Amino acid sequence: MKFAVICRRELYAYFASFVAYVLVAVFLVLSGYFFYSDLIFFILFGGFTLPTGLWQFFFLDTRQVTLLVLPLVTMRLFAEEKKLGTMELLWTYPVRDGDIVAGKFLAATLFYLVMLLPTVVGPAVFFAFHRFEIAPMLTGYLGMLLLGMAFIACGLFVSSLTENQVVSAMVTYGILVLFWFLTWNEEVANEQLVRLLLGVSLFDHFFNFARGVIDTRDIAYFLLFIAFFLFLTMQSLAVRTWRGVR
Amino acid sequence: MITAENLTKYFGTFAAIENVSFEVGRGEIIGFLGPNGAGKSTTMRILAGVYPPTRGRAVVAGYDIVRDALRARAVVGYFPERVSLYGDMTVTAYLAYVAAMKGLEGTRARQDMAYALASCSLEPVRTRVIGTLSKGYRQRVGIAQALIGAPRVLILDEPTAGLDPEQVAELRSLIRELRGERTVILSSHVLSEIEATCDRVIIINRGRVLAVDTPTNLNRQLRRTSEVYLEVVAPDGDVVQTLRAVPGVLSVEPRANPGDGASALLVATEEGRDLRELIAATVVGHGWALRELRPVMLSLEEIFLSLVATKESATETPNEVRRHLPA
Repeated sequence: MKFAVICRRELYAYFASFVAYVLVAVFLVLSGYFFYSDLIFFILFGGFTLPTGLWQFFFLDTRQVTLLVLPLVTMRLFAEEKKLGTMELLWTYPVRDGDIVAGKFLAATLFYLVMLLPTVVGPAVFFAFHRFEIAPMLTGYLGMLLLGMAFIACGLFVSSLTENQVVSAMVTYGILVLFWFLTWNEEVANEQLVRLLLGVSLFDHFFNFARGVIDTRDIAYFLLFIAFFLFLTMQSLAVRTWRGVR
Repeated sequence: MITAENLTKYFGTFAAIENVSFEVGRGEIIGFLGPNGAGKSTTMRILAGVYPPTRGRAVVAGYDIVRDALRARAVVGYFPERVSLYGDMTVTAYLAYVAAMKGLEGTRARQDMAYALASCSLEPVRTRVIGTLSKGYRQRVGIAQALIGAPRVLILDEPTAGLDPEQVAELRSLIRELRGERTVILSSHVLSEIEATCDRVIIINRGRVLAVDTPTNLNRQLRRTSEVYLEVVAPDGDVVQTLRAVPGVLSVEPRANPGDGASALLVATEEGRDLRELIAATVVGHGWALRELRPVMLSLEEIFLSLVATKESATETPNEVRRHLPA
């Protein structure tokens, strides 16, 4: 249960610093504004159904804010410990690398949940005035959770490569935006290539969730994405067995 | 308790340590002595589990540090040269975290924390945030975290660096209290430091072990001639001539004058002969006042110079040269 100890320590670190509160506040202001404007848009111009008229826009907008904020949440996970030198002591405790990775991943995920849960307030108020079917909305949130965990896994890996937090955040942005823009310019690619790119694009797999559709292929994709980057993180930590720490 | 066999660690093509072997018995306090960059920290990090050796093996309390890494780490308490702690935590929160990381729970965790707080005199700052503590206190929190879990082996990398004299004395007495029940390895580049606490010294230079012995033996062995320093107040006589006549005395060198009529002298005597009583008797017999008389111990630099001169240059090729030679 060492991963729980690591997780607790990471959560302590997040909330002991004002940075966490700034990140949460900005995330909530932006996602709240998006919900408000998307709702106005839906009411004024209408859509036939909530999933395609409101939730789709709300989740696609909030996704952008998540992309903005999560690399800033994950950048410190390993980079800070390497910079400060606290990693050295961590290696000398009887704890497996797997516990370290799991603890940090879980802590960032819980932090993300703390950030994400208050965004339900807008829809809840809306629900009080206008009863709607909540399943499509919950599907959207499931998509947000999986997407966020994918971002966190990627950010965790990048953080394990450097002791510079700016580098950590920037490279994470690079990787995630690349996975987004893979299908941005579909016109230049032929059909087979587009199909392949759609298969690996993070954001295209998120699209179904945003519209209230759960597809096991999308879930499998996100789980694979997460597992892949956690595996890379483990490999990155194992580097110390054949190289010096500093 | 600790067996190291041919430990070698490469960083790229640079050999930080090469074929370092030694044994440390149960309850022994051993000192690693060497200049900066000699390989002390690398060796200690390997033993503590920070990284594995490139070649060679080490066994701590019966556990191989690579194959049985988790169990080996569980019996070792480590104090790193660069003390880095989580500055955002209070002392007690941090020690509770360390106890949990070492797998301690409930009463056992609380007992160990209380012991660590008390033995490192951390009681007055227990609720303070580590980041706001002075260097001396942070250093002690570092020692405290090593003590948690009652590790059978303590590895302390330059534990007294940056402490004031009073704190150094406190730490020394703490280490002496542990003698017999814990095996302690500590490093320093100050000879007096090691002499004050250690049963044996491992002298390491440029990644190689030069000598393993007790501090006194090292001093005795390495002195080609024994030297005695003395200060005499002799207003009406030639001390130098008189002492030169004492049998066994090789030379008498006047040293910088300490003032108020006294003369300072360095007397070299034949190896292995302790002439202190004879010299004292001679001085007093002439009616002179003897102010000070002590054997001259070698400084660390002198020990290195003589060890390097006698061992390395004659028999072995230094690391740097060897790397450029064809295999």
